[in-house]
Amino acid sequence: MSNRKTTPYVLVLPAWVWLAMFFVVPIGGMLSLSLTTGNVVTGFQQTFEVGNYVEAVATYWEQIVRSLFYGGCATLLCIAIGYPMAYWIAFRGGAHKSTYLLLILLPFFVSFVLRTISWRFLLADNGVVLGTLKSVGLLPSDAAVLNSSPAVILGLAYNFLPFMVLPIYAVLERMDPRMVEAAHDLYAGRVQAFLRVILPVSLPGVFAGVLMTFIPTSSDYVNSSVLGGTHNTMIGNVIQTQYLVNNNYPIASAITFVLMGLLLVGIFSYARALGTERVMEVHT
Amino acid sequence: MATSTTTSAPEAAVEPPAQTGEPAISLEDVTKSFRSGSETVTAVTGVDLTIGTGEFFSLLGPSGCGKTTTMRMIAGFEEPTSGTVRLDGRDVTGVPANHRDVNMVFQSYALFPHMNIADNVAFGLRRRGVAKAEIRTRVADMLDLVELGHRAKHRPSQLSGGQQQRVALARALVNQPGALLLDEPLGALDLKLRQSMQVELKRIQREVGITFVYVTHDQGEALTMSDRIAVMNHGRVEQLGTPAEIYERPATRFVADFIGTSNLLTGVVWDRSGGEPWRVEVGDGATALAAELPDTAEAGGEVHLTVRPEKVHIGVAEPEGAVSRVPGTVTETVYLGSATHYQVDIGSDQQVTVFQQNASGSGLVAERGERVWLSWLPEHSYALSD
Repeated sequence: MSNRKTTPYVLVLPAWVWLAMFFVVPIGGMLSLSLTTGNVVTGFQQTFEVGNYVEAVATYWEQIVRSLFYGGCATLLCIAIGYPMAYWIAFRGGAHKSTYLLLILLPFFVSFVLRTISWRFLLADNGVVLGTLKSVGLLPSDAAVLNSSPAVILGLAYNFLPFMVLPIYAVLERMDPRMVEAAHDLYAGRVQAFLRVILPVSLPGVFAGVLMTFIPTSSDYVNSSVLGGTHNTMIGNVIQTQYLVNNNYPIASAITFVLMGLLLVGIFSYARALGTERVMEVHT
Repeated sequence: MATSTTTSAPEAAVEPPAQTGEPAISLEDVTKSFRSGSETVTAVTGVDLTIGTGEFFSLLGPSGCGKTTTMRMIAGFEEPTSGTVRLDGRDVTGVPANHRDVNMVFQSYALFPHMNIADNVAFGLRRRGVAKAEIRTRVADMLDLVELGHRAKHRPSQLSGGQQQRVALARALVNQPGALLLDEPLGALDLKLRQSMQVELKRIQREVGITFVYVTHDQGEALTMSDRIAVMNHGRVEQLGTPAEIYERPATRFVADFIGTSNLLTGVVWDRSGGEPWRVEVGDGATALAAELPDTAEAGGEVHLTVRPEKVHIGVAEPEGAVSRVPGTVTETVYLGSATHYQVDIGSDQQVTVFQQNASGSGLVAERGERVWLSWLPEHSYALSD
């Protein structure tokens, strides 16, 4: 009897140990680090220095805002491209659905950094795309995309698109096609059926997709360092530099927590706006 | 807002459909083929049906017989490969579902999970731009009709299967369609609920007076509820008639076998000269009498006769008079309380099932292994076409 009661706890124990070791301990360590003063040579003293946060926000607010803006743009772009993709595969994919899904995931067999670097070649000033357009006279000869905000946003959207497509696809795919027929039967045309039934029912998938793209895109630093040049740095680049180049651990940790706090606030207000009940509800 | 007048009485929520003199639904030589890979599968072949206004009409048949495809062509979800679909006399072939004056109740209910019950029911009225005040009254009246008024603000997922079924019904009926199409609507319910919903559906149909087209594979359901039944098999209508006609006078072997329990007897025509009833030799030299035989039957030719188990009399003594008489051996007896079922071997590998009411209370007529005589009136057996 007592054995049966303890078995579930024994089974979840590895998960708890994992969470404690790789989530709770590092987060706690970083929180305490963000409240210290000192440097690598003399060591860091736990002084509960809240000024680190003030300094982090005051110095890097521009990068923070830019990161959220880039992340937001990339997420919107992912919805605009990913929703039709997911819709098409789910409703028109027929017998080849899994082939199309595999095609979406195929780039992921190549390293993230390599994929991003290859965009440098694609978007180079005289590369395949711009060079061709310039040679036929569609673009002026000094046109450039690299080292600009659009290049970073494009790169982010490209790299995180599957995280938007897959959750939307999962919701659309298990939707009862009779439900769409019911909408038509009740005098809804194609547009009304989409707006009144398909889209609202698929919102939990969009919500999951937004979480899975907005969080990593707004904290990404690879795309901005590879595609963005020097004037489009994101907060991820700042954290990376503070940690690994300047060894300013307290400031780096403080920025990390500011970003985390902003993302959490953003997500919860987004969930509230959509209606938590609707977003969290699992439709069968 | 004030463009429409509404009445508060629930019975006024649904007015009987306008009588146009035209049948509510008619299908003329409708055929539907699907492409499946490289081959073409024909689901419905040359179906002609005329369904009258206010009729409770059932499409009955085993799965894959084309009944659902036929209904989906009426609804507008499938277009016939050839033939014409008419609603109230108007040719609607090629008209999409959202422009057809029929509504459907789906087997899976297909309720909108993100809306509450009232919004589900109001969906069709809103798409048609009915005034808000009128929508409110009609939805409330319809929910009262299906006895779900107190559940208006609940989500479909919070309701039981039977309640969801009634919401699906209300969502379709509130639009006062020219015809209501029901695709195995009780299929997902347990037996008890199904039986009470059969009565309920029939009551609602009587109250609203709308044409019901009911797709089912359950012959009991079709017999209980329908005004007329079309029995379908392999994409064709095998027989069209009232429940009594279909039960008492099955036209084909398939119908006799599919509806209720039938004894199918193979025999040889004795002669065609002696006038009616015709004599047919079944079993080991026994004689059955049939009221009619098809014109193609000739002396010495083979025919299939059918007789319902409850029409057969079982006795130990050889019967007298102008009856079919067949001797046989009892191979099985099943005592059911109100009735007893006998299996009787009449030779030539033929078995006859007999249902005998236990009216006299005297127990079994015959034990297993006993020799008995079976007899029935000539008008209770018919020759079937294939």
